[in-house]
This record gives sequence, structure tokens and C-alpha cells, in this order.
Amino acid sequence: MNGSGRGGGQGSGTGTAPERPRGPRRRGGRSGPRPARGRRMRLPRRPWGGLGVAAVAVWMCAPAAFMAVFGFNDAAGRYNVTWQGFTLRWYRDAFAHADLNRALLTSLAIALLTMAVAGMLGALLGLALGRHRFRGRAATEAALFASIAAPEVVLGAGLLSLFLALNIATGFWTTVIAHVAFALPFAALTVRARVRTLDPALEEAARDLGATPAAAFRLVTLPLLAPGIAAGGLVAFVLSLDDYIVTSFVSGTTTTFPQWIWGSTRVGIPPQVNVVGTLLLAAGLALAAGSALRRRRR
Amino acid sequence: MDDRSPPRTGAELQRSGPQGGARRRPPGQQGGPGAGPAGPRGARALPYLLAAPAWLWLAAFFIVPMGAMLSLSLMDGDSVQGYAPAWNTGVYAEVWAAHSGQIARSLLYGACATLVCAAVGVPTAYWIAFRSRRKGLWLFLILLPLLVPFVLRMVSWQALLADDGLLLGPLKDLALLPGGARVLTTAPAVVFGLAHTFFPFMVLPVYTVLARVDGTVVEAARDLYAGPLQTLLAVVLPLARPGVAAGAIMVFVPAAADYVTAETLGGAHTAVVGSVIEDRYLVDHAYPAAAALTALVLVLLLAAVIAAVRVPAVRAAVPEGAP
Repeated sequence: MNGSGRGGGQGSGTGTAPERPRGPRRRGGRSGPRPARGRRMRLPRRPWGGLGVAAVAVWMCAPAAFMAVFGFNDAAGRYNVTWQGFTLRWYRDAFAHADLNRALLTSLAIALLTMAVAGMLGALLGLALGRHRFRGRAATEAALFASIAAPEVVLGAGLLSLFLALNIATGFWTTVIAHVAFALPFAALTVRARVRTLDPALEEAARDLGATPAAAFRLVTLPLLAPGIAAGGLVAFVLSLDDYIVTSFVSGTTTTFPQWIWGSTRVGIPPQVNVVGTLLLAAGLALAAGSALRRRRR
Repeated sequence: MDDRSPPRTGAELQRSGPQGGARRRPPGQQGGPGAGPAGPRGARALPYLLAAPAWLWLAAFFIVPMGAMLSLSLMDGDSVQGYAPAWNTGVYAEVWAAHSGQIARSLLYGACATLVCAAVGVPTAYWIAFRSRRKGLWLFLILLPLLVPFVLRMVSWQALLADDGLLLGPLKDLALLPGGARVLTTAPAVVFGLAHTFFPFMVLPVYTVLARVDGTVVEAARDLYAGPLQTLLAVVLPLARPGVAAGAIMVFVPAAADYVTAETLGGAHTAVVGSVIEDRYLVDHAYPAAAALTALVLVLLLAAVIAAVRVPAVRAAVPEGAP
């Protein structure tokens, strides 16, 4: 167990922290809490804990469920609050609001640009943090955590202050800049976590077989890193699509999807918002299910 | 592990990293054509080249903006004439006098939401870590709301909790609640919404810590006739403390600074400081006051976090609990 320094924690895919070697423990499976497995049978089964956690899950999923169900509500008035019957009307007319469509497209464009830029810069930084020792590494990691912990109001206000000082008009591109700034640390840490699970012996083997450093990286390391890079980009995409507070400071007259929803709260939110939200949720669920299936198959 | 790469010692790894280690192979082995003279210097510059773009971005759009905000807060002038650089520190006293109420309320809501998240999140994480068969599924259900945009989640809660909505309407019809009862616009509604929004950030670090705990410890508590509550308080909670501390920071800071929840689920009496900052910047264009208020909030939140990090248990946990 003493030698499990670098490659030993391969299975700890969820956390970014490297698995610390611990005392007298059997070498476990790929992931998850090992000790509990197999010993569960001896614990008395009580239903209350399970019911409580089920209640928590209901609490967590309630707004998403409400959103999905009320996309089918035959709402007549301005407010989509009470159930009035089933209809597919809102799905048929999902894209009937021109300005909602525009906001949605703006959001998707910003999210895609954020994914590309933050994903790429984050991947490079994550690679540097994960496999190199260099001056300023500790400071870089501190800055990443600080930027993740910084409240959104502060990030947005700071960026707006900068744009005001430089006399830069806020709009689409300032929003992209801001989104990249807050998404980049997440992407970098995601890639760093993946880099740390790689076995350096693999790239070394490629070198021993005569590959140049560049070829060894391209043919061995990069394919192994690809899931981490994709995950980092996806995190950046989701964060960008989700953001309201920073965006409201730096977007000027540009309207994103969350801002359009916010703007329409006063006049009543059309059920199409539920439809679009449900489609986004379905896409997220499909992605999660796909990755879970692939993990199981492996 | 070490037996797979005999020429490497731990010290060598420390000194040089994977790139440098590879070129330390004894001469005579075929060192690939690319590992020639360009290798060493390129390898040393490589991490800096990799990190440089991100460094530049974060410096320009995370660190410099903080300075811009501070310098803006000291400017003098008004929204019509424009603002000029000055050393107007009086604005800090002004915004404190005008908005200490909202600041205190924000911190209070953040603290209450943190307490709710801890009180619900620790037992939840405990049960998932030690008692459930489908850990992945439960964690996924707790993370599922993150797939719905934050604003849409809050707007959905607003509709669910509305005076004649799905939750209150039936209770009123059955006369279990008086007709005038309401949840929206109250402080508990805001705390409830904040707790919902940031709950995953409490459960995940606590779960991560508990998942590393040896399950036999909990079993031993059972064998010594501890009841479920006693086990939770005497065994699980002390073990989970680093995770709780990390989670508390990750819930408290964003919850105290959030204003979307207070604006959707709250009312006139629940205004928080974030709303004031946004109004001052975007509606009044009172930039120095807005920037000063933001800086004040930042300093207060930083002070809270630093105070928390000084607790040794938290210090041990922070690097692990961060996402």
C-alpha cells in the first residue's frame, strides 16, 4: 500500500482532491465508499432514514417537476400557477415568442463561446497544474479557488467597474468575457482532476517505444484526457447558460434566456418558458444517462 | 505502483515532473529524435506557456476588476456630470449608514440558509454514504435542480408557493390554513429558497468526507448500543466536521450575496444588499456608492470566511471540499 502514491487513487473520479493513501484498508474497487460495501447487510434496516432522504429528493426536484408539468398546463390567464387541464399547445407553439427565441439563441451563442474559450484555456491550465511543478502554481490554485468562492455580485460589479473605467460599452462580448472569467476555474479544476488520474507510465511507455514527446502526448495522453476536457467544457456551458447575476451587470441591452424570464415575471411568464426549460432539462438528463451507461459498460 | 517504472524515484518525480523525468534515462537507450537539444529548455517553459493564457484572462477579468472597483468607489462626482478620480473615502461611511440594515439582513439570511443546509444535509449525506444501495442515483437527484436555470427554479418556487398555488391552495380549501395565510414575501420563504439553491454545495463536501470514513466505525457505535440519533451526533458529526465546514463556506458566501431569491420569494421587508448594489449600478448610476457597497460586502464576507478558516478543522478541509 506504500507505493500507491500517484496511480493509487485512480478511481476517485468525482472529487478533485487526490486520494490520500490511508492506513490498513483493502484495495477497493473503482469508486465510491469502499468500507460500507458488503457490511451493509448487518445494519438493521429502518425505513425512516430512506423516507427522509426521499423527502429531501422531492424537495430538491420539486421546482424542476413543477416546471415540466406546467409546460402541459392549459393556462388561460397571465399566470401559470394553477392546474387547468392538459394541453400540448405550448409544445406546438414552443417558439412562438420571437423575443424569447432571440434571448435563447443569444444564451446558446454565449454559452458555446464560453465553452470553447473557457474550455480551451481551462484545459491548458489544468494540464499545467496537473502534471507540472512550476513557480506560481500554489498562487494559481489559490486564485482559482478565490474566483470560485467569490460571490457573483462582486464579480459582476467588479467587471462592470472595469468596463466603466475603460469606457467599454457593455453587451454581448462583455458578457462572453465575464462568463469565461467565472467558468474558466471550474474547467481548469475539472481537467486537473482528470490529469491526476492518468498514469504517467503510459506516456513513458510511448516514449520508450520511440515516440517524440509531442507524438506521445497527442497519441496517448490527449485521448485519455479528452473526457476531462469535454467535461470541463460542458461545465462551462452549463454555468454560462445558467448565469443571471453576473450577466445582469455586464450585458447592457443584450438579453439572455434567464434575463428574459426575469423580465417577464412582472407581466406573467408564458408557458413556453416551461417548455424550453423542460427541453434543456431533458437534454441534461439524456447526457447524464448516456455517460452513466457508458461508464457501466466499461 | 513503483515497480512499473523502476528508473523513477519519488524524489526524481518531485524535482522534474513527468517531462523532465523522461529525459533522465541513461544515454544509450534510444532517446527519440525529438528529445534532442530542444527538449530541456522547452520542457521547462512548457507549464508557463500552458498557464499563460488563463493567467492573463484571470488577471485582466478577475483581479484587475477588483482594483477598478476600489478606484471607482473613491471617485467624486454625480451621475449627470460624470465621475472623476478622487480620494473620497467618506462614501464608505455613507453607504454603511444607509444600508447596514440590508447588509445585516443578507448576512442573517445567509447564516440561516447555512444552518438549514447543514441540519438537513448532514443526515442526508450520512444516509447516502452508509445506508443507501444507489448512492449515485440519490446524489444525482440532489444535483438535478442544477440542470434547470437558477432563475427558472426560483420562478417555479414562486408559483408553487403562491397564495393560491399548488401547495397553499389545497390547504386553504380544506381550511387547514386561514385564507389570508401566505408564504411568499416572508423571510422564511427567502431562507427556504436560499437553502434549496445551495443545498447541493453542503451535501457534496459532507458526502465526500463521509465516503472516506470506515463504515465499521459507525457499526461499532451500533454494537455499543448507540441509537441512530446518538450515532449521528457522537460519531458521524465529528467525522463529518471538515466537510460541514467546507460546505458552510460554499453555502454561506453565495447565499449571503444572492439577491434573486429575495426578489422572487421575498417582499418589501426582505430587501437584501445585492439588490441595492444592482440598483445603484444599473438604475441610479451612482457608481462610487455602488462600488463602495460591493467592496464593503466583499470585505465582510472575506472576514467571515477567514474567521471560519482559522478554525483548524476547516483549515484541514478547505482544499478538499472546494469543487
